[in-house]
Amino acid sequence: MGSLFTPLSWSDSGLILTGVWNTIIISVLAIVVGTALGLIVGFIRSESNKVVNVLFGSLLDVLRSVPLIIQLILFSTLMGAMGSPLAPFVAGSIVLSLYTMAFMSEVFRGGFESVSPSMQTAARSLGMSNWQTIYHIRLPISLRAVFPSWLGVSLSVIKDSALVSVIGYMELLRTSEQLISRTQQPLEILIGVGIFYFIISYPLSYYGRYVERKMAI
Amino acid sequence: MDYRFHWNVVFQNMPELLSGAFVTLHVSVLAMLLGIVIAILLAIAKMNNTKFFCHVATVWVEIARNTPALFQIYMAYFGLGALGIHLSPYAAVLSALVFINAGYLAETFRGGFQSIPSTQYSASKSLGMTSFQSYWHIILPQMLRRIYHPMTNQLVWSILMSSLGILVGMSELSGTTQRLQSLSFRTLEFFIVAAVMYYILTKLVLFGSSLLSRRLFRGEI
Repeated sequence: MGSLFTPLSWSDSGLILTGVWNTIIISVLAIVVGTALGLIVGFIRSESNKVVNVLFGSLLDVLRSVPLIIQLILFSTLMGAMGSPLAPFVAGSIVLSLYTMAFMSEVFRGGFESVSPSMQTAARSLGMSNWQTIYHIRLPISLRAVFPSWLGVSLSVIKDSALVSVIGYMELLRTSEQLISRTQQPLEILIGVGIFYFIISYPLSYYGRYVERKMAI
Repeated sequence: MDYRFHWNVVFQNMPELLSGAFVTLHVSVLAMLLGIVIAILLAIAKMNNTKFFCHVATVWVEIARNTPALFQIYMAYFGLGALGIHLSPYAAVLSALVFINAGYLAETFRGGFQSIPSTQYSASKSLGMTSFQSYWHIILPQMLRRIYHPMTNQLVWSILMSSLGILVGMSELSGTTQRLQSLSFRTLEFFIVAAVMYYILTKLVLFGSSLLSRRLFRGEI
């Protein structure tokens, strides 16, 4: 009688690669969308008056104070209950993007507020329009200043993307979980997964620290 | 939307949810305290001249910072299980959180320590303080001010990440919610209440931390 469990073999590499690919896709998507939205929201918050700011801020604060895993489950059940269930990938990318946006907007707001008002006055006095001031002066300066924090948030998004597995998206950790239940070799598989995340994350965090050190002086 | 909310079953189970929330708070605070102790050792090891300790601490810190929390929890629960060390869900989540907290806090502590100019130490020595006195009265209070906010953030992060206990069957707030909703099928109601409870929990921690900081630092931060 054959064993119930079959050991890990080379034919599993396709499944693992799919998991790797799905992790990369959803992380990149969330980072791109989250950055774009975060930039807009951060700009609005740095411009607007106190009332709008507090309203916006407390909304974003909810996204940051509720665990991602709860947000994912809540959103996908809510869509199901409303009669339009979403595919795990769609629901996962929406929640992860909004979650990223909440952190990114804070990063960019800090960046915009770090550009001194006298710099804007100077630009305006040189005859630049409001839009030109934003595009040529405020944006480049603030983006440079926030780059290390942006990288930090992006890294945490790559790591948090593992949580999308709870609503059934086949990212790396979920594929490995399925392989574990078939092969009963948790240690080998998990160490492999850990190495993958480390290989992606470590060079970026090292680079982030390098940039931060260079900018500090 | 033709979904009817039934809140009754949630309120009937409120005591259980509250005790779940207590477990969440409990595990995160414990993970924080143990994490602080190990982080101090790691920070000292990283600044030590002995190569071996420095390398061990660096490997710990980098692994903790560069892999997902969920991976750490699986490692503690399934990975150690394969080695014959069977941890309960509570112990698995606790040890994963301690591992990560220690890694992050070690860098915070090291940065905080290095941000105090060494002249402060020389000055206090020249005033006749012993080595211990200058650390205790001069270096540590200044350091604590700089690392206080990062430490608060780490505690909030621990509370949020302890929700991963849902995946290994731990009975903290998320796990309890998961169990109760599977008994009653009121998924939406239970998770909405859980989300609100997490929100309140993090706000309470932040509020407590700011009260404490006012008392500790008297507004000078």
